Amino acid sequence: MHRFAKPSVFLKLADTLMPWMIAITVITGGTGLYLGLFWSPADYQQGDTVRIMYIHVPTAWMGLFCYVGMAICGAMSLIWKHPLADIAARATAPVGAMFTALCLITGSLWGEPMWGTWWVWDARLTSMLILLFLYLGYMALVNAFDDPERGSKAGSALALVGVVNVPIVKFSVDWWNTLHQPASVARMDGPSIDPSMLWPLMLMAVAFTGYYFIILAIRVRSELNERRIRALQLSGLFEQGDGTTSGSALYDQGHNAGAGK
Amino acid sequence: MNAFMAILRRDMRLALRQGADSVMVVAFFIVTTTLFPFGVGPEANILARIASGVIWVSALLAAMLSLERVFQTDYEDGTLELLTLSPVPLELVVLGKVATHWLTTGLPLIVAAPLMAVMLNMSTDGFGVLIVAMLIGTPTLSLIGAIGAALILGARRGGVLVSLLVLPLYIPVLIFGAGAVEAALLGMPVQAHLQIMGAILLLSLALAPFAAAHAVRQAVE
Repeated sequence: MHRFAKPSVFLKLADTLMPWMIAITVITGGTGLYLGLFWSPADYQQGDTVRIMYIHVPTAWMGLFCYVGMAICGAMSLIWKHPLADIAARATAPVGAMFTALCLITGSLWGEPMWGTWWVWDARLTSMLILLFLYLGYMALVNAFDDPERGSKAGSALALVGVVNVPIVKFSVDWWNTLHQPASVARMDGPSIDPSMLWPLMLMAVAFTGYYFIILAIRVRSELNERRIRALQLSGLFEQGDGTTSGSALYDQGHNAGAGK
Repeated sequence: MNAFMAILRRDMRLALRQGADSVMVVAFFIVTTTLFPFGVGPEANILARIASGVIWVSALLAAMLSLERVFQTDYEDGTLELLTLSPVPLELVVLGKVATHWLTTGLPLIVAAPLMAVMLNMSTDGFGVLIVAMLIGTPTLSLIGAIGAALILGARRGGVLVSLLVLPLYIPVLIFGAGAVEAALLGMPVQAHLQIMGAILLLSLALAPFAAAHAVRQAVE
């Protein structure tokens, strides 16, 4: 685990895995969409609107998955001070927020024809909305400091505190008697959903997970590159730091920009 | 314990000497609550229906707005750094500051809440439960709020940021606090609501000082 915390090792690994991840995402996503839209049967009650589920449920899983991932990265950056864990946590937040938002949007698109309302203040929906707020709070907090390192640390602490919401989201349908349907896939006695619907659902989940890892690798890489550029600029400015006012001003700028490497 | 009392005494003395802080929190609470009859109309039965929720939401906002002074002034003049370096566990210092925040914010709000309940035409059946629920709920607000207050030390636009961090975490207190009063008004048992609020209080009492102390350490590092 710790071996991959070294940026160069991570980048090499990400480079090797990238084509595979893209292939898996495209293939499972394509098959999943085809199966979900054409092959799987329409629900006897919900008709074709059931097909929204193939997007809605995986995005919900990914919203939670990304949050847990972000919190684990936060914990790793606090415990072992891995800079890569910091970057990964930061890079995960917008992706997770997007998945959560998509989950809420597709859910309300489904709710309008099925429940007759875009939104109900149901435990599952509300806890998911809080999850979105936690993502937004995290992103606002990490960017609120002049020193990016301080932002990451504060964000990690917040992400860990926010973990209390994750079990609430997961078990909200069991703890409260809600309008949202209870779990039908991740159950102790096996999934209660028909294989013709389970297959596209699982394929889409794999595709979304692959998509997340692709985006994560790209975002981590660009952040690492950005830091490297900052460091190079900084070292360039060191050479011309000859005590003139403009030189020292530039040096200060470069120093502040490079803080938190 | 002595250290805790010393922190508490010092912070209380500072808060009382400046004086206006607590008054301002209560004034904010009353003004916010007063806005609702203008917004939803003065019909007595509608106001009675929403009274518990309005009081809780206003209390949440009032508690949140006063969070900034938990650590901010000490952070600015360097006291917090000395407190971090002192042999007293920082968690205890945080707990002392939380207790001060509750005494200067939560307690005045509890005193003001029945007054607003009368003005919002709430039935007297709910008064006792409202006070008990606020007695359990407002310390939780101070505890959770201390985490947010410590996280934003040194941040740009910290005041706005703290609302985004803390309000989502306040929601459980709001749900069960308003739920308890609602249940009392409908003549249903309130014990379950209060017990869950007690559980949330104990959980945050156990965890929040550590999280907040950790955040303070980062801020003064």
